[in-house]
Amino acid sequence: MAKTQVTMTVNGKAVEGLVEPRTLLIHFLREQLNLTGSHIGCDTSHCGACTVDLDGKSVKSCTLFAVQAEGGDLLTIEGMAAADGTLHALQEGFREMHGLQCGFCTPGMIMRGYRLLQENPNPSEDEIRFGISGNLCRCTGYQNIVKAIQYAAAKLSGASVKEAAE
Amino acid sequence: MNAITPTKEERTEKLQGMGCKRKRVEDIRFVQGRGNYVDDLKLPAMLYGDFVRSPYGHARIKKIDASKAMALPGVLAVLTAADLKPLGLHYMPTLAGDVQAVLAEEKVLFQNQEVAFIIAEDRYVAADAAELVEVEYEELPVIVDPFKAMAAGAPVLREDIKDKTDGAHGKRKHYNHVFNWQIGDKDGTDRAFKKAEVTIKELISYQRVHPCPLETCQCVASFDKIRGELTVWGTFQAPHVIRTVASLISKIPEHKIHVIAPDIGGGFGNKVGAYPGYICAIVASIVTGRPVKWVEDRIENLSTTSFARDYHMTTEIAATKDGKVTGLRVHVLADHGAFDACADPTKWPAGFFNIVTGAYDFPVAHVAVDGVYTNKAPGGVAYRCSFRVTEAAYCIERAMDILAQKLGMDPAELRIKNLVRREQFPYQSALGWEYDSGDYHAAMKKAMDAVGYGKLREEQKAKQAAFKRGETRDLMGVGVIFFTEIVGAGPSRNCDILGIAMFDSAEIRIHPTGAVIARMGTKSQGQGHETTYAQIIATELGLPADDISIEEGNTDTAPYGLGTYGSRSTPTAGAATAMAARKIKAKAQMIAADLLEVSEYDLEWEIDRFRVKGNPERFKTMKELAWAAYNRVPKGLEPGLEAVNYYDPPNMTFPFGAYICVVDVDVDTGVTKVRRFYALDDCGTRINPMIIEGQVHGGLTEAFGIAMGQEIRYDEYGNVTGPTLMDYFLPTAVETPKWETDWTVTPSPHHPIGAKGVGESPNVGGVPCFANAVNDAFKFLGSTHIAMPHDHWRTWTVAEKLGVHG
Amino acid sequence: MLADLGDDARPLAGGHSLIPMMKLRLAAPAHLVDLGAIGELKGVRGEGGDIVIGAMTTQHELIADATLAAKLPILRETALLIADPQVRYVGTIGGNVAQGDPGNDMPAVMLCLGASYQIAGKGGERRVAARDFYEGAYLTALAPGEMVTAIRIPVPPQGHGAAYEKLKRKIGDYATAAAAVILTQSQGRIATCSIALTNVAETPLWAEDAAKSVIGTALDAATVKKAAAAAEAITSPASDNRGPAEYRRKMAGVMVARALARAKSRAA
Repeated sequence: MAKTQVTMTVNGKAVEGLVEPRTLLIHFLREQLNLTGSHIGCDTSHCGACTVDLDGKSVKSCTLFAVQAEGGDLLTIEGMAAADGTLHALQEGFREMHGLQCGFCTPGMIMRGYRLLQENPNPSEDEIRFGISGNLCRCTGYQNIVKAIQYAAAKLSGASVKEAAE
Repeated sequence: MNAITPTKEERTEKLQGMGCKRKRVEDIRFVQGRGNYVDDLKLPAMLYGDFVRSPYGHARIKKIDASKAMALPGVLAVLTAADLKPLGLHYMPTLAGDVQAVLAEEKVLFQNQEVAFIIAEDRYVAADAAELVEVEYEELPVIVDPFKAMAAGAPVLREDIKDKTDGAHGKRKHYNHVFNWQIGDKDGTDRAFKKAEVTIKELISYQRVHPCPLETCQCVASFDKIRGELTVWGTFQAPHVIRTVASLISKIPEHKIHVIAPDIGGGFGNKVGAYPGYICAIVASIVTGRPVKWVEDRIENLSTTSFARDYHMTTEIAATKDGKVTGLRVHVLADHGAFDACADPTKWPAGFFNIVTGAYDFPVAHVAVDGVYTNKAPGGVAYRCSFRVTEAAYCIERAMDILAQKLGMDPAELRIKNLVRREQFPYQSALGWEYDSGDYHAAMKKAMDAVGYGKLREEQKAKQAAFKRGETRDLMGVGVIFFTEIVGAGPSRNCDILGIAMFDSAEIRIHPTGAVIARMGTKSQGQGHETTYAQIIATELGLPADDISIEEGNTDTAPYGLGTYGSRSTPTAGAATAMAARKIKAKAQMIAADLLEVSEYDLEWEIDRFRVKGNPERFKTMKELAWAAYNRVPKGLEPGLEAVNYYDPPNMTFPFGAYICVVDVDVDTGVTKVRRFYALDDCGTRINPMIIEGQVHGGLTEAFGIAMGQEIRYDEYGNVTGPTLMDYFLPTAVETPKWETDWTVTPSPHHPIGAKGVGESPNVGGVPCFANAVNDAFKFLGSTHIAMPHDHWRTWTVAEKLGVHG
Repeated sequence: MLADLGDDARPLAGGHSLIPMMKLRLAAPAHLVDLGAIGELKGVRGEGGDIVIGAMTTQHELIADATLAAKLPILRETALLIADPQVRYVGTIGGNVAQGDPGNDMPAVMLCLGASYQIAGKGGERRVAARDFYEGAYLTALAPGEMVTAIRIPVPPQGHGAAYEKLKRKIGDYATAAAAVILTQSQGRIATCSIALTNVAETPLWAEDAAKSVIGTALDAATVKKAAAAAEAITSPASDNRGPAEYRRKMAGVMVARALARAKSRAA
């Protein structure tokens, strides 16, 4: 299959690459841009481990061709911390609240959490659970992921954050 | 003491040692997407492997034509059994004493079995090539019902061992038989049943499921022709065992094999054994001289790697009419699929199923297990099972409920009457285990008080009356369970993997500035070992956990261990860690005595220092002693401060728990809503309560999935139905209940820090709790046992058969 | 472009039905024509007594649209039950109605609402009623080279009640069975009613007889039971991991009963 050029902005930087039309965005990110933070966990677009933020939308990068992101503005897990290394409130929240164990679903969860909080800065627990229903986790049982997102929501809005409960 | 001297509390807190909710070290890289998982690895000139797999469940291979695949640009080679046979690698040994085909030679035995291995320049080309390999099959009759596997005239599955009457675990009574294993007092049990006032008997089946970690199985194999050395990175829960097995089957000397397990995205027992993909990648690398990566996809993972359960347990309990149990008899028909690849310790072909007397004081019991071959994927021991403990717990907990119902007793009341009493510990079970410690009645009481058990039963009675009056279409169920777990495999006298005893290890080295590096023979896949082992060392040695670096998974540097599964890390390597730390502490004490010019016996340890008894202003901190170890040690001692310990546990450990669940079942749709789930776990000494809680949440969520909808099912043609995440029920955050966790602490008397392990308890206890709750909802309508999974349509069908749909 | 490329080409809308099929190698079009940049295919607008929705409008955009929330709340309710947030950001209403996938949710809603599809192709434009569009599993009235460009929905009367009741194994799954109901009532009696079913046959089903049977009634228990039975009678569900055909048939009835109750509670 003849290759074609793609250009897009990823984590604030302009990037370009040569891809087959059938190259999935997730493979472009992982193999060509060496951004291996986004993961592949299934074949049927169910697990959400590949979730990134594209043009203001949470998308499953395993279900898009790289060429569909042409000219797009992408945010991946690698772009979440500040330039000086300060973790984003979500990254901090996941650590504070023990919202991860094996870490494999975590980048997708954080990227989805990011857009969720943009859509709804103060979500209820049910809204969080519904909001992450496209992201599967096998380790945590979601309860502490919910707390992690609540922590981030509080921090981002300037409220006080809670301790991990007994 | 003055205002700037830290207090005892401050000094303890600074250590972040045992008992505190230390934040995880691992998280720092994971939340930034800087984990180092196998598929993240990129080596120069790396190739990709992919499999051609059988569409049939049972068929002869007549012909394999790879010419079209070979003609595709970017394809280097297509391996078949013919290529592996001269190397003796077309079969590989399994952990259960059987062999498994790496690439099918004359026949295929389960759908999606590996038939050929493509080696290509990129993964897309490899997938294209896999489609172009043409295989001619001759279909054969299929066996998917284990109850039919040993029928006279049943199709022969394993032609390779057809005439072998001596199996790995004794005599085989049929060509599709794997083993018969028995334990207990058969005659005594038969007598107990003959004179019993009440008996129950039920076929309790635990459906086939799959652990489904989010990351599938994968590896990168790289053979260096010049050095003659093989390096394999892989999703290995037991990296040292993989290295030893790789050496034995490849004949490459073990010191020239480097196995590295990097970050693993969930294991749950799926990543213990070796898979054809690993062998093929290794061979491919040797053949091409380039690194070869193999990454399975989700369908391959669910349909070909280690399944779990598939146990059909005919269970009988004998009891007095006031509910004292007098005997237990269980016969298990175990469906092992096409090859027995169970990851059990060698002497235990049915794992530790003989924990099936559970938490109850059975005076006598007998278990018999018959394993059979069928046309299904191999495996059997996985998914937080602790070696078949999940099956045993489901069996006894369902059976006790069935007995309670027959006796007209409340299920909690029956349990309390029969729980092993505190004064009976250490307790010798009728099936051969010595339970280390427990206060079961206290735990049960705490659980029942926490949920207001009596009030729940009153509410249930009222709701049942309302249902009968037609005022509600919901049925309320209360599930109660009490489980005894058996983990920490295990003592060398009865636990080995392929002949290697199941000890584990820790090596600790203190640097001159008091920083520490420690390596263990276990391998975390999310359990947080980098955080928790450091906590043990911090408490033992008085050095801050943040100054302690923990490594696992590199077989060149980590001391030999048997890996992480079966909740064994804390009981074995955790013990080794404490023991190695104590060796260091003993040497440090001698150095301190020398520096302080006192006798060792004049010193006492306090948090982070040795101080002179009666003269506490004279002390040496461990940090100071570390420096001293490198510049001034007493005569007769070597410089340095390090130790290794290989810990052969004296016994297994026995965590336990009481779980209570409340459900509401909508009889018109079969939908079960979980109203409340309370889990009390006793895992002995609690190293990091935050991590324990996380493990319980995760295990309960897996249990919820299993009980309420997971199954790997085969139709009558041998097709595996629904091995994708579209169909395999993995609950999202929406369905997953909220978990309430609680605990009691009964330390293990034989473990150096009294800790027992907890990772699998929630799956062991969770599944029967959900099952008992759903069963409980239907009891008043006359139902005695409903099989799992309790998905909508099955639950509705129960209601339909009970006549509630009018 | 589609017409020029012929059979080997497929239009690419959100791609969240097509691309998963391609990844499993169940579909292998040689060419994909990306509709993403075509502005005219997006948007929600009023036109006379109708609402017209561009085929490339995503589920997310439908959920956020104020006009739809006010005038056609059943669309928002249904969209929220499709897949998950990520898929809804990309998946389009055109993709959901035009594939002929019996599992998609919007087709039954379109049947229920009496919607019609604007279709464009080499031969020009035409309009087909949703109720005439579905011929079989993955078989629609679209000729090769044609595609749905917009969905036209007559605005239901003020004070109508509507509901989409979906039974599923977990959130985001295809329906075990689902029912779309829209009705109006007058003095406690049902004046108009339309019912349609999802995923209990090879196509979405318009339960015409079931709906007729409730007109003029107060939706008492016996009426609802008869309507459910009438709906069940037209189903021919597949047996799959969601359950055997007989269960799914009965669930169609239960969903109809529950959707009727909810729709009535919402009607003025």
